[in-house]
Order: sequence, then C-alpha cells, then structure tokens
Amino acid sequence: MANVPENLHYSKDHEWVRVEGDTAVVGITDHAQEQLGDVVYVELPKPGEDFAAHESFGSVESVKAVSEIFTPVSGKVTEVNQTLNDEPEKVNQDPYGEGWMIKLKMSSRGEVDSLLTAAEYEDFTKAESE
Amino acid sequence: MDSNITKVATHISHNESLIFERSHPGRAGFSLPPLDVPETALDEIIPAHFQREDDLAGMPEVTEVDVVRHFTRMSTWNYSIDLGLYPLGSCTMKYNSRLNEKVARIAGFANLHPLASEGEAQGALQVVYELQQHLTEITGLPGISLQPAAGAHGEMTGVMIIRAFIDARDGREKSAQRRTMLIPDSAHGTNPASAHLSGFTVKTIRSTTEGLTDLDHLRELCAHGDVAGLMLTNPNTLGLFERNIQQICRIVHEAGGLVYMDGANMNALVGVARPGDMGVDVIHLNLHKTFSTPHGGGGPGSGPVCCTKELEPFLPVPRVVVRTRSGSDGVDSPVFKLDFNQPQSIGRVKAFLGNYGMMLRALSYILTHGYDGLREATEAAVLNARYIAHGLLADYEKPFDAPPMHEVVFTDKRQARKGVHTLDIAKRLIDYGFHPMTIYFPLIVSGAMLIEPTESVGRQELDQFIEAMRSIAREAVEDPELVLNAPHTTRIGRLDEAAAARKPVLRWKPREADTEPRAVARG
Repeated sequence: MANVPENLHYSKDHEWVRVEGDTAVVGITDHAQEQLGDVVYVELPKPGEDFAAHESFGSVESVKAVSEIFTPVSGKVTEVNQTLNDEPEKVNQDPYGEGWMIKLKMSSRGEVDSLLTAAEYEDFTKAESE
Repeated sequence: MDSNITKVATHISHNESLIFERSHPGRAGFSLPPLDVPETALDEIIPAHFQREDDLAGMPEVTEVDVVRHFTRMSTWNYSIDLGLYPLGSCTMKYNSRLNEKVARIAGFANLHPLASEGEAQGALQVVYELQQHLTEITGLPGISLQPAAGAHGEMTGVMIIRAFIDARDGREKSAQRRTMLIPDSAHGTNPASAHLSGFTVKTIRSTTEGLTDLDHLRELCAHGDVAGLMLTNPNTLGLFERNIQQICRIVHEAGGLVYMDGANMNALVGVARPGDMGVDVIHLNLHKTFSTPHGGGGPGSGPVCCTKELEPFLPVPRVVVRTRSGSDGVDSPVFKLDFNQPQSIGRVKAFLGNYGMMLRALSYILTHGYDGLREATEAAVLNARYIAHGLLADYEKPFDAPPMHEVVFTDKRQARKGVHTLDIAKRLIDYGFHPMTIYFPLIVSGAMLIEPTESVGRQELDQFIEAMRSIAREAVEDPELVLNAPHTTRIGRLDEAAAARKPVLRWKPREADTEPRAVARG
C-alpha cells in the first residue's frame, strides 16, 4: 500500500502540500509515483511565477508517459527543487522528502482546508482503483 | 526454460560491434589518383575558423564492404510488418502491398521534378485530384487538401481552419472570446498539442464508465459561449464507437463550435460510415495507417484534411482542381490546375503537393480494393479485433463491456496481483516472436494494453497471438519470474529504460585513457 503521511494535505490530482508558515511545499504522492513508474524527467517553473489553484505548473515524464502536475493551492513560486534536474529518481525514492518539487508563497491560507486529509486521500485512491 | 513455447519467428542473435570498433588504422573506402594539378592550401578554400582541430579523431577507418556488411547485418535486427504481426493499437500497422510500392516507383511519377510546370505534370496532378475525389467520398466531406505531411500536421491544419473560419464568421474581436478547445481525456496527446499551438486553451471532457464521451460534462463545458470546437477520435482510443456522435456534434454546433474528428481510427469506418454524415466538420486521415502506406521510419506519412463546404475556402493553397478545356475538335478534356486564388486560405502548410509518393500508394490501395473491398477490409479489421477480444477474455481484464471496433483494450489487473505488469507481458510477448502491443495508452486506463491486429492478419496468426497471450497469463501465475525477466531469447535482454532516459549516452566517444576507440553506449 502506498505511504500517505498524516501531516500533509492532498489533491485529487495526487499532489501533496506541506504547510510551513505561509509557504506551501508541493510534490506528488507515493501513490502517484507508483502509478507513473520510473521518473526520468521533471519540468518545473521558475521562481517568481504565479499560479492559480489547480493550474498546471510543470510535468513529470516517466518511462510510461508524460503527466502534468498541478498546484493544489494558489501562490508565487519561491523555490524549485533543482536536484530533480540531475536526479529525477528522487521522486520515486522519496516523494515526500527529497523528491519535493516547488515551494509556493500562498496567496490564501484558507485554500489548504479545501484539500483532502490523509484518510480522505486514502479512500479516494482506493475508490479510484476499484 | 523456453523449450515448451511455440516461437513464431526467429531472432538474429549475433551481436555486432559499433562501426567505430571495426576501425583499422589506414583502411579506407577510396583510392585517389596522384595529384596532377597545383596543390591549393586548405586555408585558401576553407577559412581556419571553419576547420576542425581534432583531425577527425576517432572517425572509423573502414572499407566500403565493411560499411555495407555492418549495416546489412544490423538491418536484420529490425522487426517489421513484413516479418510478422505488429499489433500496435492506435497505430494501424497494416501490410503495405508490393503492388503499391511498384506503382510508387513508376518512373514518370518517381522522377518528376517538383518544380515541373502544370502542363508537364498533368498525370501527377490527375493522381492527386482522383485521390481527393475518393477521400472526399469516403469521408462524406467535400473539401480536401492532401498537403499535411503526417497525422499531427493534419490535426493542426484542421484546427487552424476552425480558427480561421471562426475569425471570419464572428470577426476578430468576438472570435478572441472563443478560444476553448474541448478534448476527451482518452485522446491522443497530439490533440491538445495541436490545439495549443493554434492558440487555443484545452478543456478536458471526462469519459463515462462505459468509455464514451460524457454528454453531461460536454453540455456543461459548452455552456459558457467560449467553445471554438471539439476534437474527437471516433472510434475513440479505447476502440469504442462514440454512438452518440450525432448528438455530440449537435451540442457543439448549438454552442457555436465546430467538430474536428481525429481520423486515426478510420480503419474501423472506411466504406461503412462517413464522418460527414455524422455531423463532423473537419477530419484528417492517415494515409500511412488507413490506406496502407508505409509507416514510421519507412514513411514519410501523409495526413490529408477533409472538410465541409463551409470550411473549404480556408483550406491550404494551392488547391488541386480540374477545369474543362474545349478542344478545337469540339471534344472537351479535363485540365488539372493549381489554384492559388483562395484569399481566405490559411496558406501553404507543406512544400509542393505534400508527400506525393504516399498519394500514389494510397490511390493504388483504393483502386485495387474497390469500394466493396474497402468495406470488406474494414469489416475484417473489426472482426479480427473482436476475435482477439473474445480469445483473451478468460485470461485478461477487459475494462469496457462494449464490443470493440478495430482495436481492443485489456489491462494487467489480474496479473498485477502476482506482481506481473503490462510492461512485463509486452516484453514476454517478444519471446514468442511477436512485436508487443501498444502499452500504457490510453492514459485513462491503468496498465493498458491496446491491441490492433488490422485486417492483414489471418485466423491462424490470430490464434497464435491469442495462444501466446494466454500462455503468458499462465506463466504469470506459475512462474512470474520468467515473465518479469523477459525477454530471454533475444540478442539483448531487458533494457534499463529508466537509466537510458535519465542518463542517455547519445554519441560514441573515444576512450580518454588511450587512443583506442571503444563503445561507451553498450548496454
């Protein structure tokens, strides 16, 4: 079973958000990386770009397919994980840690509350695979 | 461990070192006579900054026969439609008949200069015109251009025509409010790419659990007055006929949009049903799929666009048209002309007439089949896919109940319980002598295996394929390791695709430690 940490917020597009003050750290879930297979390339935005919630901010290319990744919340990109340029495998190995993708300065703190909890996300992925 | 399987085709198992490794100092494929003119310094002919400084270090030194043998040996490693079944769903790898090849090599066509005048190219233009007539009849759409060089090029041409039409109909200002293109979630990835390149924003339509376009979602997306069009593949990429196609077209038309049909799957419709009759406004065809012209590296492709009378003025120029010439003897004869005088045209999309050799092959295919034959080919393509669907039902998960058209999608759901996935099944199929099916597409089906046998396959080979797939399903239960490590009988075993994509070695380099060349690209 895929790992779903308690302290994160989740989107139906299989991204996770960790809130650190007014910053949202965003990545894709363990379930998502399992479904994608070996990740070979991650395309990320530049710091300073603004994104609305649920907007595509980049893409993940695996041996199976290229998939868009979406911002669960709106905000301005403050930092992107440059390590993924050379080591995209971090997304597979440590999706909630070294495989993080972008940090956003959130424009609205309330948005995370509309995301799924760990338990809700687990139920959602279960229902999806039925 | 493979002694029990029936192998359909043999593999060439000899390995071949790189051409760089076959190099011997001093060998060459030429011998020049002694210089009998004054020598000119190289610097006088080529400026120093254009000259290489490495003296072509590491370039292989080989003779002509070394080169010929090297590449001939490697050519035997290819798998092709001439060797066996190529069941790539959505790619329609049907047999390319030798007669079509012969026609394409007729000297008068093959050697015609692309800049020959209309008067000197009447036969060539007649071929274009006649193919146009057949394709417009097959699609039920009277406007046509054969220029686009491939499917995605045809798609983009079609979408540009939609945009030009809406610009003319609504005026630039109002047209700018219509920049949404609707595309189902099962579509080929080229559809959103074509729409995006033509200045549209893509909105995705959900598929129903039946695998068809969700009409309620379509209506919802059409309710905002911003829809320029819908791009729909029919049958869709799940191999299912969109039976609500007329209603779908009506909904989009009532919202002020146009319907573009991706003709990738026309192999299921030719001679049986016409997109024009369904309400489609513009479509592209793949001559390299549906009309049996060569594919992939054997191409090039050809992606003609057909459209309604209303869209015709926007087609690329020049258009190939026929005029009547009254002879002095009172007998009228046809004259084929290039018509550039189409002020609303989106312009030229390809040099000259397009990929002309493909047009000859496609016309040959149509004429040798005749309309009854084209219909029979379609029926056989659908029958073959359904035969495979039936044959694999007991062993593989079929995610949609509806009978498939020309291709059928299965999944690895049952095998995945044993840790055997779609990729493993595809690799194991190679051991049985078959090219794998399309895998992990459509994206909306987890672990998809999309199988399209085409009409070129006989019952015996269909049975062999089904037996191979059923055998793999048994192996997945009894000896999963065998499948997980496949292929076993090929020249090279399972490749590390992730490492190849993450750390690609794109060119040979001389070894740094010494001057002896060696391959760094060896797996």
